[in-house]
Amino acid sequence: MAEPARRLATESLTARYGTFAAVKDVSLAFAGHQVHALIGPSGCGKSTFLRSLNRMHELTEGATVEGRVLLDGEDVYDARVNAMQLRRRVGMVFQKPTPFPMLSVYENVAAGLRVSSPVGKVRGKALDDVVEKALRQAALWDEVKDRLKKSAMALSGGQQQRLCIARTIAPEPEVILLDEPTASLDPQGTQRIEDLLFDLRQAFTIVIVTHNMQQAARVSDTTTFFYVGEMIETGPTRRIFTAPRQEQTEAYITGRFG
Amino acid sequence: MTSATAAGSRRRALRRIRSNVMVGLMLAAVILAVLPLVLILATLVIKGASSLNVAFFTRMPVPAGEVGGGVAHAIVGTLIIVGVASLMGLPIGIAAGIYCAEYRSSRLTWITRFVADVLNGTPSIVIGVFAWTLIVARQKHFSALAGSSALAMLMIPMVLRTTEEMIKLVPNSLREAALALGYPRWRTTLGVVVRSTLPGIVTGSMLAVARIAGETAPLLFTALGSQYFSTKLNQPMAALPLTVFTYATGPYEEWHRFAWASALVLILVVFLLSVAARLTIGRKRHG
Repeated sequence: MAEPARRLATESLTARYGTFAAVKDVSLAFAGHQVHALIGPSGCGKSTFLRSLNRMHELTEGATVEGRVLLDGEDVYDARVNAMQLRRRVGMVFQKPTPFPMLSVYENVAAGLRVSSPVGKVRGKALDDVVEKALRQAALWDEVKDRLKKSAMALSGGQQQRLCIARTIAPEPEVILLDEPTASLDPQGTQRIEDLLFDLRQAFTIVIVTHNMQQAARVSDTTTFFYVGEMIETGPTRRIFTAPRQEQTEAYITGRFG
Repeated sequence: MTSATAAGSRRRALRRIRSNVMVGLMLAAVILAVLPLVLILATLVIKGASSLNVAFFTRMPVPAGEVGGGVAHAIVGTLIIVGVASLMGLPIGIAAGIYCAEYRSSRLTWITRFVADVLNGTPSIVIGVFAWTLIVARQKHFSALAGSSALAMLMIPMVLRTTEEMIKLVPNSLREAALALGYPRWRTTLGVVVRSTLPGIVTGSMLAVARIAGETAPLLFTALGSQYFSTKLNQPMAALPLTVFTYATGPYEEWHRFAWASALVLILVVFLLSVAARLTIGRKRHG
């Protein structure tokens, strides 16, 4: 068994689209209750790597995975693991806000709980509490508490993204994966999400893909640098940004390419 | 300086003239496009409205030569035939459309889409003859059910394609968001994808219903038409398009007036369905 602090780890993970290997032989461990940033230029495989962690990668046609992804010591690609149940334990937030357009703010947050097993189904007041807690955690409660029954589409882009975060954390996953969550937001919206990540790591293990190096430096405890599908370097964020050991890492973070 | 300004204002004037000419041309095109509809409606109202009264909707036809009577049997017949056709055609068309949109790369999708396109282009009289061969000829009698089946065959490809197009508009990110929450595939499709396009699917369905409500040719070989009031699906049944056909080709002046009035009722039904379809599009999505 892995030590408890290591919630999530990959072993020789290779992810392909057809014959093209987007991620090559990556072994990486994520400590619990930390924010872990994945950085690198476009097309370096960081998003594909992220999508391999909750088995979203395999939904793309022709996509295959080799190697192992361990969640609390258990291989998520094991035949006995149900991908749907896995995704309830490893939540995901996307680049563009994706609230369900036909649902209200409240129903959006509750959506993940509506599909959990019938035994553990949350209803009525208990559901109200979960929704409120998730919205508070996502720092959105004060802005939407008076319009929970209104359409989620009426919210601003930044609010929609926080709503998506609330929707992801409501079923209480163990890990949250964020794929460039602030790429479509203005600076204010970005800052709110960054502040949020700082608080959320107390409850969750967070992996965030970002194009923005300043963002990685601001929000993460650990940073991993990807380049053309390979993991080049990983370490405490402070060290990666002040004393990178690999030449490519230094070239990237000093802005010489990417 | 002054000459430059003069040249500038001349250019602006020319531009304005050209703009006005273009807008005028477009307006003319719009009028040309709408004109047939207006003319049809006007003719129907002028020739048919005078025959419209309560009896027209509630009474049965009277023998030729007598004045009065109505087409209640045909109105009820159309409602039954189209209703049964919708019950058969809509679920199949919508389900097939969902399949084609959600499993785009499957071979079955390619075949289904191809067949639907061919069927969409098939003249409705061919569908009528086909239904005749398949049902009427075997049962050895005409029936409303055969008519409904023919109309359902016409509906399926229409509904299939509109449903597919509507669902294709759903961004993939929405599907992924649901799957990432742990939704099973079927629930993602029905609970998120289909649900968010429901107004569009309803609209497409209503337009298809409106389209088949006016079909005549497939019914000639199947439901046949009838002078009597009937609600039996395994018997010949009257329908408004057939009434129009029979009365319009008949020798009596009174019949001709009835044909115009029936046509007016038919087009009003289609018109109402289309308006309802448009209103559904405009309705707020959230609910």
